[in-house]
Formats: sequence, C-alpha cells, structure tokens
Amino acid sequence: MEAGRIEVRQMANSRIEPKPGHFGRQLKSSVMAVLCASLTMLVLGLLLLVLGYILWRGLPGLSLDFFTKPPAPVGMRGGGLAHAIAGSFILMGLACLLGIPWGVGIGIFLAEYARKGFFGEAVRFLVDVLSGVPSITIGIFVYTVIVVRMKNFSALAGGVALGIIMVPLVARNTEGILRLVPQGLREAGLSLGLPFWKVTLFLVLPSAARGIVIGITLAGAGVAGEAAPLFFTSLNNNFWSVNLLEPVSSLPMEIFRYATAPFAAWHELAWTGALVLIGIVILVMLLARLFLPGFEIRR
Amino acid sequence: MDPCACCLRAFIFGGVFGGILITTNRATYPGDTFFRRLTILFALALFLLVLVMAFQLYREAQPSLQRFGWPFVWGREWDPVHEKFGALPYIYGTLVSTLLALALAGPISLGAAVYLAEFAPRRLKATLAFLVDLLAGIPGIVYGLWGSFVLAPFLRNCLEPWLGKYLGFLPLFQGPPFGIGLLAAGIILAIMCIPVMTAVTREVLEVVPAGQREALLAFGATPWEVVRLAVLPYAREGIIGAFFLGLGKALGETLAVTMVIGNRPEISLSLFSPAHSMTSVIVNEFAQAVKAIHLAALIHIGLLLFGITLLVNIIARLLIYRLGRKVSRWKQVE
Repeated sequence: MEAGRIEVRQMANSRIEPKPGHFGRQLKSSVMAVLCASLTMLVLGLLLLVLGYILWRGLPGLSLDFFTKPPAPVGMRGGGLAHAIAGSFILMGLACLLGIPWGVGIGIFLAEYARKGFFGEAVRFLVDVLSGVPSITIGIFVYTVIVVRMKNFSALAGGVALGIIMVPLVARNTEGILRLVPQGLREAGLSLGLPFWKVTLFLVLPSAARGIVIGITLAGAGVAGEAAPLFFTSLNNNFWSVNLLEPVSSLPMEIFRYATAPFAAWHELAWTGALVLIGIVILVMLLARLFLPGFEIRR
Repeated sequence: MDPCACCLRAFIFGGVFGGILITTNRATYPGDTFFRRLTILFALALFLLVLVMAFQLYREAQPSLQRFGWPFVWGREWDPVHEKFGALPYIYGTLVSTLLALALAGPISLGAAVYLAEFAPRRLKATLAFLVDLLAGIPGIVYGLWGSFVLAPFLRNCLEPWLGKYLGFLPLFQGPPFGIGLLAAGIILAIMCIPVMTAVTREVLEVVPAGQREALLAFGATPWEVVRLAVLPYAREGIIGAFFLGLGKALGETLAVTMVIGNRPEISLSLFSPAHSMTSVIVNEFAQAVKAIHLAALIHIGLLLFGITLLVNIIARLLIYRLGRKVSRWKQVE
C-alpha cells in the first residue's frame, strides 16, 4: 500500500518536472503531426493540380455549342459533344432504374430484417465484396449475357452494367442511414397499428431520405465516369441516338476516343469533355448536399 | 444447352424460391409477408448475380481454359495469329504497377488518415474529408487524360532522367525515359488509390475506442506516442484491410492504366519501359477478337482478374470485420 503511494507521487512529480528527454518527445510528436498534416496537404494539392489543369485546358472550349451540337468532322473547328452528354444521361437513367430499387431493397433488408444473424452477415459481406469487383469484369459479364444474346451493343446493356455497379454502393449507404433512424420512430408507427411495411416505406424511409439520396448521388457520380464496362456494352456512337436498343455514345467513351486520337482539336474536345464530366459529378454531389430537404442523418 | 448449366440453374432457382418460402412468417398483415419476401428476394438476387457472373465468365473462357489450362498464367507468348496465348506479360504489368502504386500511396494515405482522424481540428475535419471524397469522385478516365498529357511528359523530361542519373545503378531505373510506362501507371494508380485508402483508414482509426487513447494519455504520452503505441497497433487489421481495398481498386482499374502504361507486352525490370496490363489488353483487343479462341483467352484473363480481386477483397473485408468484432468486444467489457 505504502509502496503504491510512493509510486503515484513519483508519477505526479514526473509530470511537473519533466524528465530528461521530455522536450525531445514533444518535439518528435509535433514533427510527426506536421508531417501527417503535410501529407494531407499533398493529397489536396494533387486534387488541386488535377482539377486546376483540367479547368485551364477545358475552359476555353466551353461554349453553348458544346452542349447543343454534334462533333464537327475531322479538321474542322467547333462542334460539341451533345450526343455524348445525352447518351451519358440515358445510361445514368437506366442505371438508376436498376440500381436504386435493388440497392435500396437490399439496404432495407439489411437494416430492418437482418441486423444480426448469419444470413444478414453473408449478404453484407457479399455486398462489400461485390463493390470491389472491377467494373471491367462486370462489363464482360453483361456482354456475355445481354450483348451476345441480343446480337448487338445497346444502351440497355450499358445501363444494366452501370446499374449492377451501383447496387452495392447504394445498398451499403442505405443500410447505414436506416440504422441511424431512431428505433422510437418505428415503435411509434407500430403502436398506431400500422403494418411494418408501411412503417418502413412511409415513416422510416422518408425520414432518412436525405441521406439515402445523397448516397445515391454519390453512387451515380461514381458510375457516371465509368468507361470500362461500356466498351463491352453500349460501345460508342458518332451520332445522336436515343434508341435504347442501339449503341449510344457517352462522355467517358468520347473522352477516351478523343484523347487517344492524334488530332490537337480532338484533344481540346477531350479536355472540355473531362471538364463537363467532372462538372456534372461535382455539381450533383454539391446540389444534393445543399438543397435536399430533410433531416441531417448521415453516416 | 449443356447439362451442367441446366443443373446450376435448377439449383440456383430452387435455392432462391425455396429460401424465400421457408422463411418463417410471424407477420400479422399479409403486406408484411410480401414486403419481407420482396426484400429477401433482392438480397438473394445478389447471390444469384455473383454466382451467375462467375459461372458465365468460366463458361465463356472454356475454350481457352481447356486448351491452355494453368500454363496460360506463366506463358509468355501472345500471338493471336498462331493462336498461342500466355498471359504472363499482362499479369506482370498489372502486378508491378499495382505494387508500385501501393508503395507510393500507402505511406501517404496512412499519414493523411492519421492527420484526419487524430490531429486535424474538429472544424476542418468534415471539409477535408469531403475534399478527399471529391478526389475519389474524379473519374478514372480523367486521371488517364491528365496522366497521358501532363504526367507522362513530366516523367519523360524531368523525373525519369533525374532518377536514371542518381539511382541508375539499380535495374529499376535503367533504360531510356519514355514517359509512359510502368512508373506512370504506378503513379496514376497511386493517385487513384489514395482517396479510398485514406477514407477507409480514417474510418478504421476512428473506431478505435477512446479508452485506448486515454490510458496512454494518463501515462503522460505525447499525441504522437498515443498514435504509435495505442491507435495504430489496435487498428492494425483494419489498416491492412484498407490497403487491400486499395490494392483491389488498383488491380481492376482499366482506362487510366491503358492510357499511360504504353500497351506493349514486354517483361522488363525497368520501371521506365512501357508494359501492358490485364485490364488494358482486354479493352484493347476485345473489338478485334474475331477468333473464338482469342475472345476466350481475353475472357480467361478477365476470369483471372475476377478471381484475384475477389480474393483480395475477401481478405480485406475479413480483416476489417475482425477489427469491428474486437471493438464491439471492448465495448461489451466497458
């Protein structure tokens, strides 16, 4: 007992009168903190470098024509990527049609029915693993299932591929948000005699809508820039097309085609295309965060 | 229709509908039963999807699998005209560029994550995290564009000659500077992995229980000592898991790599030399694959990629889950 007290006193003293080496330890701590901070700055610097350069190269080509006109023939200046922008939106719409119900459905299952238990864990694991499967293999899969059967590349196939990529992203986010909804809300609904499905669909989902939609926009933004699966599904189209059973152009594919071509004018189009693509992605992400009504339930 | 496929289908559909029907029904309202089964259907459909995906890739790669078998993995020759296929140059390119990316991105994202989780002022945290997410939101194709027009010339004119001059005694930094090549692919992949690895590592560090930190603080440890002695060792599995996630992302990245790696199927020790990767060979040759065996060989590579990334992601998730269980055990004790 007595010995213990002495030890405590010694420790207390050591706080007041620093042992030799104390200054060195503090210095090392500060140095490491500064190092970590500068690594963070390096990451942000990279972001600025990439974004700034794209802004610098892409901005001169930005005009109304870019959004409204088809590309000009090789050698002529002007023209735009209207068909690719339209195609990208078509693909996004199709992807959302598949990805949102499926993803939100799995999210509801995981959050409302399978918080614990083996099957829920298995589904959760599968969703996580699927989110790491490369988009190119999903593209090949959709190629073998849809394109080979229908015997041509189509916007539909592209939408399905992008939709499959969206599913795990939407599912995990939806589950995370739904778990944050207070249990009391469900109990209040059930105590009024509402069926569980009505409680889920009309009480729990709306109160978490903001977070879920932000998750969906993030997933959609991630998918909008995917080009790898489109090589095997929607391919590309030089012309304006809104036919779902025909190949359709898209911004990532056009950027790739223009960037790898040997014409300077096409490179300019590629930079502007990249700027527009990033603009759409960031705009959607920001707008969802700023203007969506609802409660701030976020992961 | 081969019998194998029929059996698989019967098995899968039987499993799905059986699984839905045998789920116990405790609901009072008929709508509840329906809704529950609907969500279970969504979940089971995902299992179905992954199974069918694996099976479909396996079946489409069948001609190549039967003809080349495992030697496909270490065969060095890729000659569509004479129908000789070996994937080693592509596997080598993917492996080297990915490992290089991990070596570059690992320390950077670990440091950034430590800063975001431990040192950053509370007000700055959310903004910084959003900016890192933004970096993750930039599409791969844009990185490819930037890499081929900005990074590659920079490497050719500045970095690679410099490396060759001072570190040229290493076989890694020999040969003429091309700009595009393994080094460029590694750097671009590193930039693309950093946001994912930073975000996951940060999440992992933030679940470390406060008690771990407080114990060391009570001993008079400096903030860095808390990180080094309490936080990092505790979150070790999670950090390794985050790195594996980055690895998986880098392995599957397609267009950014295709645009900067040079697309030449060579195996060279030098990081300056152009190479090829598994994803870029599929994208480059898919449209020109007229022969069935060529297409099958490409899908064979896709199957290998699918297997590898699946494995990497499974390891990553298991590691992260292990950390989660450790944390929840700790909370029970508390």
